[in-house]
Parts: sequence; structure tokens; C-alpha cells
Amino acid sequence: MSQPAIKISGVHKYFGALHALKGIDLVIEPGEFFALLGPNGAGKSTLINILAGLITPSSGTISVMGFDVGSQYQQARQLLGVVPQELVFDPFFNVREMLRFQAGYFGRGRENDAWVDEILEGLGLADKAHTNMRRLSGGMKRRALIAQALAHKPPVIVLDEPTAGVDVELRQMLWEFIKKLNRDGHTIILTTHYLEEAETLCSRVGMMKQGKIVALDSTSNLLNKFSGKHLRLTLGDVTLPTSIESLVRHIENGIYTFALIDMAQIEFVLSVLRTANVKVLDMQLNEADLEDVFLSLVGSSSLSNASSGRLS
Amino acid sequence: MSDSKLIDQLKLGATFRGPWTLLKKELLRFWRVAFQTVAAPVITALLYLLIFSHVLESHVQVYDGVPYTAFLIPGLIMMSVLQNAFANSSSSLIQSKVMGNIVFILLTPLTHMQFFLAFLIAAIIRGLVVGLCIYLVAMWFIDLSVANPWLIIAFALLGSALLGTFGIIAGIWADRFDQMAAFQNFIIMPLSFLSGVFYSIHSLPPFWQKVSQLNPFFYMIDGFRYGFFGKGDVSPMVSLAIVGVSFLLLALITLKMLKSGYKLRT
Repeated sequence: MSQPAIKISGVHKYFGALHALKGIDLVIEPGEFFALLGPNGAGKSTLINILAGLITPSSGTISVMGFDVGSQYQQARQLLGVVPQELVFDPFFNVREMLRFQAGYFGRGRENDAWVDEILEGLGLADKAHTNMRRLSGGMKRRALIAQALAHKPPVIVLDEPTAGVDVELRQMLWEFIKKLNRDGHTIILTTHYLEEAETLCSRVGMMKQGKIVALDSTSNLLNKFSGKHLRLTLGDVTLPTSIESLVRHIENGIYTFALIDMAQIEFVLSVLRTANVKVLDMQLNEADLEDVFLSLVGSSSLSNASSGRLS
Repeated sequence: MSDSKLIDQLKLGATFRGPWTLLKKELLRFWRVAFQTVAAPVITALLYLLIFSHVLESHVQVYDGVPYTAFLIPGLIMMSVLQNAFANSSSSLIQSKVMGNIVFILLTPLTHMQFFLAFLIAAIIRGLVVGLCIYLVAMWFIDLSVANPWLIIAFALLGSALLGTFGIIAGIWADRFDQMAAFQNFIIMPLSFLSGVFYSIHSLPPFWQKVSQLNPFFYMIDGFRYGFFGKGDVSPMVSLAIVGVSFLLLALITLKMLKSGYKLRT
């Protein structure tokens, strides 16, 4: 029987008085494309760092394909490739040298060069292979960082916010490459602030809040569970009647976004506005997305940022 | 190939190739900037040699029949070996920590022992390369006798190992460059300058002779010099034992720090 790619059981982490992780249980199967979402401080990176062996849990266990990340760390790390969140690099070497070193630490030698070439090609780094890390642009450094995590061809790949501060072109290229890796059988675990990325790419989503997993389901189930509509009305500078204030999700430049459960509520909102003599200048109706699910679970603290498609 | 089979196959490769790769990276790191890491300390040592030998040659008699310049050379070589072994491991680690790229090593299956050995051997090699360069250049100035090459080799290896290990401790402990500079300026420099590089401790008052005997650098330099002249301030075997025990002690502390992940893992 095949082992889960990742198995997290009862993981707690304390930093002094701060209870950063409050009993995390999570199983990720081989071949999954999994998203871990949550606002800053939710504990995503702490969990990823425990998985990577950079942080020791206060209690609980984590295994990678059946190997405990503490007691069997050598085997567990062979199977794991982690892309750190920080844009770090070694200024002494060029891209190819760094990839060879990284593969070498895992016991891979020249026989691994074909794979290194494939990564360089896939991430658009081939023409930068002999460029010193110091001379790369920010976007290129980000690609090199991802390439380093993949250098030993790990079956389980963890990307901790790989697209933070990355331009659209690179994001798309990166996702095409990661999707190909997933098709080839690699398990992908992704933390991201961009909810549309998780919605498009990931088959399953876990949402974290204050050190706990508050939702864990397939992306489609989560969307169905929280199905609803977004009504965007351009009203201008008006005072809303109190009876519909609670339905407002977001206000920007006279555009009011209402979160509605069903179609019947549309008529209710419009009739209240008519009665209050508020003129509707424009109207738009959208389906709910992962952002709505996220906001209803994680709360309104991230509301203002979420409205621009990014949570912080 | 199943993952567990792949891991079994890699185990043997990783045992050697992993630490070998880290050693190779550490060697290339200092070799890429050899002007700063090798040429600069050689020039510094030669400047000391020129100035001190010129000023003191006719004034100071240290051992019978040994000119002051000849006395000075082994001390300067050993001082440079020690300082550069320390500089190699400490600066590599503090740079990696400050830049954040230490994570590339921490994410690998390398054991704490492999990590230690790679940094240690790189530090020894840097120390020996600098020492050898100074020796070769100094040969132009004076013909240096060799009484016991094995003692020279033993003290050069053990001394650079001791300071390389101390450099690992400093690199792990320090969080900032100024903390590392404090290590260099307040520990390494005074201990190396007050170790008898430029004088024999027998020329000091009895109190300062006793103080010098508490300085581990004194034994490394005295023992190394004994290898050249067959004479020194203390028995080379005593020095060898003190240096050897000090190395083992520091190596144990370093391994314990690395195993627990002190300041490297949370």
C-alpha cells in the first residue's frame, strides 16, 4: 500500500507563550496538487518549516512518504524539495554550479545533469546557466530558487509563496512547469496569497487560521459549500439603507459589492434601493469564488486586501 | 524505480558525495576570492617579517645560534595558518546565515558530522595553503632548517583543525557581522599576538610567562617552531597533548551544537 506523500498528526508548536500551531492533522496523498491558504500569522510557514526540518515541533509527528522528518530525516529530506519564501542566494556561484551543488548534497552526481538541464529549460533559465547568482534579476533569482529545490528531483515539492512579488509572465510560466511536474507524478504543496491560483491549480485546499486548519476539502466541494453570488452595483456616493448594509462585502469608488446566498436576495436588494430612492447606475452579477470561502472562514480582518485579489 | 529503492541506492552515494560536495563548495568559495583569502594574508605576514626582522634582527637573540628572522618565520606561518583557518569557517557560516543561503544546506540530508567535517577540512586546507605560500616566499629571504617535519605537519594540522572548529562555533553563535568582528578582534588577535610569535616567553617576566602558558596559541606556535629548530619554550609532546585535547573538546562542543541545531534550526 502506498504511503501518504505527507502525513501530519497532532502537530503543536509553541514559540515561548505563543501557541503557533494548535494540533494540525493533515494527510496529502501522492500526486495531489494541494493548496495551503491562510492570512499572515496563520502558521503556514511554521508548518512548512517543520516539514522541512528547519523547526522542531513541540509535539506531534510529520512524515514524508512514511519517513519521519525527525528520526528519519535523511530519507524524508531525499523525498522533499522545499522552495523557501525568502529570496536567498549564494553570491559566489553561477546558476548551474548552484544546481550541481544542491543535487550533490543529496548524493546526485553527473548522471543528474540531464534533469538539471530540464529544470533550466522548463524555468527559462537555460541562457542564464553560467550567470552568477548575484547578477540575476529578482524574477530570475526566484526561478533559480525554485530550480534549486528541484535539483535532486524530489517526488514531493513544497512551494512556500513562490509567486509573491512575481510578475504575471513568470507566474504563468512557473505554473505551467509545476503543472507538468504534477502530471509527471510529483506531489505539489503550495502556500499562496493569490486565491485565484489555488482555485485554478489545486485539486484540494486547506485553510488555516490562528494555528488551526479551519477548512479542508476539494476545491470544488468548498466552492459548492459556500456557493453564492456577488452583486456589484455602481451607486455613486450614497447612504445605504440599514436593512441591506450587512450584505455589503466591499465598497470602492461608489461600487458596492453585495454577497448574496441566492437569486431571491437580488430582488430584495434592488427593491430596498428603489424604496430608498437610490439609483442603480450599473449592475454586474458574479459567481462566488475561493476568496468568498476564505473570507467567510477566516473572517473580515483580511477584507480590504482580499478585495484586490490578494490576502496579506 | 520505487522511492524506497532509490533511497537505498542513494544512501551510499549520499554518504560520500554529499559531504564531498559541501567541501568542494567551501573550497571553491575561498578560492574564487583567493586574492583576499590567500594573497592578502601572505602579504600581511611578509610585511611583518620585513619590518620586525629589519628592526630587531641585530637587537634580539632568542635561541643560541638562531637568527631572529629565522625564529620569526615559523611563528608568522603558524599565526597565519591559525587566523585563516578560523576566518574560513567563521566567515563562510556568518555570510550564509546573514544572506539566508544556509537554508540550502539545512534542507539536505547531510548529517551534523558531515557538515562539521566539510567545514573543518576546508578550514584546514585554507590555513595550510596560506601557511605554505608564506613558507615558500620566506625561503627567498632565509634558509630555514627543519629538525622534525612530523612535528611541523602535526602542529599545522592540529592547529588549523582547532581554529577551524573554533570558527564553526563562532559562525554558528554570531548573528551579525559585528559580533563576528568582536570574536576576531577581542579573542583571536590578542591570543595570536600574545602567543610568542615575535618573542620567546622566556624573555618575559615570570608572571607574564605564567599568563602565556594559559594561552593555547602559545603551545601551537611553540610546538610548530620546535619542528624547525629542535628547541622551544616547552616540550613539544606537552604542546601536542594540550592542542590535541583542546581540539577534541571543541570538536565535541561543535558537534553537540550542530546536532541540536543550536541557532541554525528553531
